[in-house]
Amino acid sequence: MQARASILWRRFKKNVLRNWTLYLFVLPSFLYITIFHYGPLYGIQIAFRNYKPARGIWNSPWVGLKYFEKFLTSYNCWELIRNTLILSFYELMMFPVPIVLALIIHYTPIRWLRKSTQSITYAPYFISVVVMCGMLTTFFSSTGIVNQIIKILGGNAIDFMNYEEYWRPLYVGSGVWRTSGYNAVIYIAALAGVSPELHEAATVDGANRLQRIWHIDIPSILPTIVILLILRCGRIMSIGFQKAYLLQNDLNLGVSEIISTYVYKMGLQKGQYSLSTAVGLFNNIINFLLVISVNKISSKLTGSGLW
Amino acid sequence: MKRKSKSDMVFDVIVTIICVLCLLVVLYPIYFIFIASFSSSSAVTSGKVILLPKEITFRGYEMVLEDPRVLTGYKNTFIYAIGTTIVGLCLTIPAGYALSRPDFVGRKFILKYYVFTMYFSGGMIPTYILIRNLNMIDKGLTVILMLSFSVHNLLVARTFFANTLPQELWEAAEIDGCTNGRYFFEVVIPLSGAIIAVIALYYCVAQWNDYMTSLLYLNTQSKYSLQMFLRDILLASKSVAMDTNDPEDMLEAMKIAQTIKYSVAIVAILPMMVLYPFLQRYFVKGVMIGSIKG
Repeated sequence: MQARASILWRRFKKNVLRNWTLYLFVLPSFLYITIFHYGPLYGIQIAFRNYKPARGIWNSPWVGLKYFEKFLTSYNCWELIRNTLILSFYELMMFPVPIVLALIIHYTPIRWLRKSTQSITYAPYFISVVVMCGMLTTFFSSTGIVNQIIKILGGNAIDFMNYEEYWRPLYVGSGVWRTSGYNAVIYIAALAGVSPELHEAATVDGANRLQRIWHIDIPSILPTIVILLILRCGRIMSIGFQKAYLLQNDLNLGVSEIISTYVYKMGLQKGQYSLSTAVGLFNNIINFLLVISVNKISSKLTGSGLW
Repeated sequence: MKRKSKSDMVFDVIVTIICVLCLLVVLYPIYFIFIASFSSSSAVTSGKVILLPKEITFRGYEMVLEDPRVLTGYKNTFIYAIGTTIVGLCLTIPAGYALSRPDFVGRKFILKYYVFTMYFSGGMIPTYILIRNLNMIDKGLTVILMLSFSVHNLLVARTFFANTLPQELWEAAEIDGCTNGRYFFEVVIPLSGAIIAVIALYYCVAQWNDYMTSLLYLNTQSKYSLQMFLRDILLASKSVAMDTNDPEDMLEAMKIAQTIKYSVAIVAILPMMVLYPFLQRYFVKGVMIGSIKG
């Protein structure tokens, strides 16, 4: 018994104590994660309690699923869920844009044009969401540049930001403008890695460029595409709060109010902590289930999950 | 071998044209902001400013630079960005290195513990309540802390270390009596300039462009980050110098409101755009490292 304990101790000493510094290296970030990411998980229980700040989390009475019920039966619940899903779906539809952009950059025959297009399309990623939304609303306002051009072409000015039917295209379009170059970088690298021998062989067999793209490039970068698509699907319900909140106004609220902006308004502006926590939790659970199932599917299909 | 078929020629021409179009679509809005910031509001709103600035004026920039909010915002964001970068590096680089070591017992568990938070979070309100219970509301330090660790950056750093530092190097050093601490500071750090630059930039840019943290956790105007003020000026139409008592100033501010918006946008994105050409290769590097599955 003692011999066994001493073996364990020796093994512990050999594997753990020897590298005690490494544990020290991890400690700060471990504490950070524990406090700022696992800490809030403790607070999730207020979704099931009637939380009053004065009473604290622990002393607020349990109310069970009351707030979930309240949300699911409220008049705008389905509108919120629908808006969130539709906006996400639109964004998901834009998934091929960076791939096409990468192909275009990859096949541009002029070297300097190729290089400069890559670095310039990448640049908008570093413009903040606030500035981008500010510019978007200015450009598409009734006196903005877009309406000037419409007028020059003989059309009538439209106050885009105030019409619900233009809000989603503007939201998604501006996202494409901001992130396509950034997202294309990965595909450009993947395309550069495609074996030139395949292309030579195909050329000898008489394939033209389009055929080579379709039969060589696309299949070669398919693993990258699949992984990124999976990652993207896992984020369907976690669509950004910042941009939607910034582009909202009273006239487009019917399509622009999504779950995250609703949580912010209910919780921090109106002080309905328990209700908004319940709504947020509802959203997070759906999102988590999505990630898990998408990962399961991907493990089945491609043999490689995300974890 | 330089024999091109006709269809390939057509393909080249079409691709080049689309490429130029992509370039213009991205570039023109930024260029337009630039020229509009120098032009009078009336010229901009009447559609005369399309390719070149018209009725050149620097009044917009003057108003922006006179606005105390812009200066405060810049100062605060500068402090927050430096703070976030330093704290972020201290949290990320050592942890990333430790977690890349295959002989580090428990790394699988720790990684899972970290990665879980990428997919499930307490949400906005529980996080806010936590910050309030920690008595961290309305403190500059909160803004720095909230953005100074990201699991994504940690994974990028970890992948870098795992791929560039062979385990044999450490084993050799250990036989020679080198401790982990000394190895990290005298071997790992000098070999990791690239990843330190990438991670520092990620944290710095995230903080520079962030406004949500200020929105959630700050109440005092004098602590707001630049992006908060930008939102006021650009979106909430609380334009520059609107709080002045001088009616003439107010009238002028209203007249050149648009020019001011463009000027303030340029003032806000200028540091990024000036630094971008120098930093770009680091960002691309970061994306590449992040894309290799660890």
